[in-house]
Amino acid sequence: MKQAAFEKKYSALWSYLEESLLSESQTSSSTNNEMLDKDFSAHKFPEYYRLLCHHLSLARSRHYSPLLVDRLEKLVIQSHQVFYKRKSHMLSSVLIYFTSGFAKAVRNEWRWVALSSVIFFGTLSAMIITVQLYPDMVYTVIPAEQLAQMESMYDPSQDKIGRDRNAGTDFQMFGFYIFNNTGIGLKTFASGLLLGIGTIITLLFNGLNIGGVAGYLTYIGYGATFWPFVSGHSALELSAIVLSGAAGFKLGFSIINPGRKSRILSLRDNAKQAVYMMYGVACMFIMAAFIEAYWSSMTDVPSVIKYSVGIINWVLLISYFVFAGRRYAAR
Amino acid sequence: MKNHLLDSVNTVQTPEGIDIYLRVAGVWPRSIAWIIDLLIRGFIYIVLAFFLTKLGDFGTGLMLIGLFFIEWFYPVFFEVHNKGMTPGKKYLKLQVLNSDGTPIGWSPSLLRNILRTVDFLPFFYGFGFISMLMNDKFQRLGDLAADTIVVYYQDSVTGYSDKNKSVPERPHINADFNLNLKEQQSIIRYAERAGELSEARMQELAEILNPLDTTDHKMTKEKLLGIANGLTGQK
Repeated sequence: MKQAAFEKKYSALWSYLEESLLSESQTSSSTNNEMLDKDFSAHKFPEYYRLLCHHLSLARSRHYSPLLVDRLEKLVIQSHQVFYKRKSHMLSSVLIYFTSGFAKAVRNEWRWVALSSVIFFGTLSAMIITVQLYPDMVYTVIPAEQLAQMESMYDPSQDKIGRDRNAGTDFQMFGFYIFNNTGIGLKTFASGLLLGIGTIITLLFNGLNIGGVAGYLTYIGYGATFWPFVSGHSALELSAIVLSGAAGFKLGFSIINPGRKSRILSLRDNAKQAVYMMYGVACMFIMAAFIEAYWSSMTDVPSVIKYSVGIINWVLLISYFVFAGRRYAAR
Repeated sequence: MKNHLLDSVNTVQTPEGIDIYLRVAGVWPRSIAWIIDLLIRGFIYIVLAFFLTKLGDFGTGLMLIGLFFIEWFYPVFFEVHNKGMTPGKKYLKLQVLNSDGTPIGWSPSLLRNILRTVDFLPFFYGFGFISMLMNDKFQRLGDLAADTIVVYYQDSVTGYSDKNKSVPERPHINADFNLNLKEQQSIIRYAERAGELSEARMQELAEILNPLDTTDHKMTKEKLLGIANGLTGQK
């Protein structure tokens, strides 16, 4: 068949597809096929798309003019993207994620969670103890101005604990905690790509810093305001840091020891699983920020209640990670 | 054939058994796109700051939350909802795709944008730059981990118009000399461009073939168009 006859025979189909794609792109909505009516997208589009692919390979093998081949190529690329667009079932996948998927992912990575916990909680508690014995050591990790600021924030005479005298409302602090803490978590994860070194450094740094502040405030006798303040959100926030670290280690180790895969393939596979974990971790940071801003800063709640809430949070969180999703087979 | 050339074209085979060619974008256009996005983000921040500071401390809180989400998820939002194109990429006709040519979803988009922080190290996309120069798909580290590529967007829909790019109709002429495949294609392309080139240029191009003409060694535009019609089988 000569080119002109070929074009004449099929150009109606191509123009039709071009028009459908055009109207689809103009709506530019996330649900891709709204303008292509349901009947078209379900029945005719796959059929037409396959025909189109067939035409392209015919046009190529018969060496039709580059202009025609180009037209068909572009049309195929566009249709390919519509055809293979993944439909997401947002609500149900979110539900599955939080009832089982997240906890399972964390359990699967228990080695990295353990390593990350040892590094983070290890430096944190070592620093607290060190400062009790050698108080001056705190100045090696935290600048004096920051300590003075901390001191004023946790002064027992404060009406709101855990923030500057002139700092604002709960909501402002909520925003700040989200911006700051979640950002740190995401960076801890990302820097794992540097063979895990970035993650180690971030974990050590945060462990030393938090441990230093906690140790110092305890040492100068502000423990009675500091510990009840942090107990409420400690479970979510500290675990979220540890899990960010675990995800980062997974990323880094996939490059160091790819096993039987190529390094790049190992990185891709592990990164997919690691980022899956990070969805939940980011949510944990945001929940922690909420508790820290609205609950932890309250001063008229007795310390006993604050400690109890803190312990309950830890128990709930740990049992979530230990038990959630056990009933279902591994997916 | 394409594999032997130094080229930015990536061949992807689809499940339908055909190859599609994706043209990956290099460092320069992607940097420009990034700068445009940076300006847009900056503009959004200024607008946000202008209105939210009027709300006092509550506004500052909102501002910080906005800052967090825009800083981390601005590209993710557009990549997932706008065919892999942030406004900057759209302006430069760039598009993020999975490396098999399918549209990008939440998970790869989040991954490549969270890992952006590492590409940014040690300063101003140092690692990303080195990574892009070291592989044939110009992938930065985030792209490598998420298995994504940035390609030139191929707009079939608005780019093609039937009328001025087809072989103009002329009575068939059978060439009295042999033409191999490449030569045939060249003549068809020549005819297809008849609408774009000036009359004089078309004639000038035709005259290159003067020696081929057996009758009077004069090739004309009309003769060539006739031959092209013969080749494509135009009626």
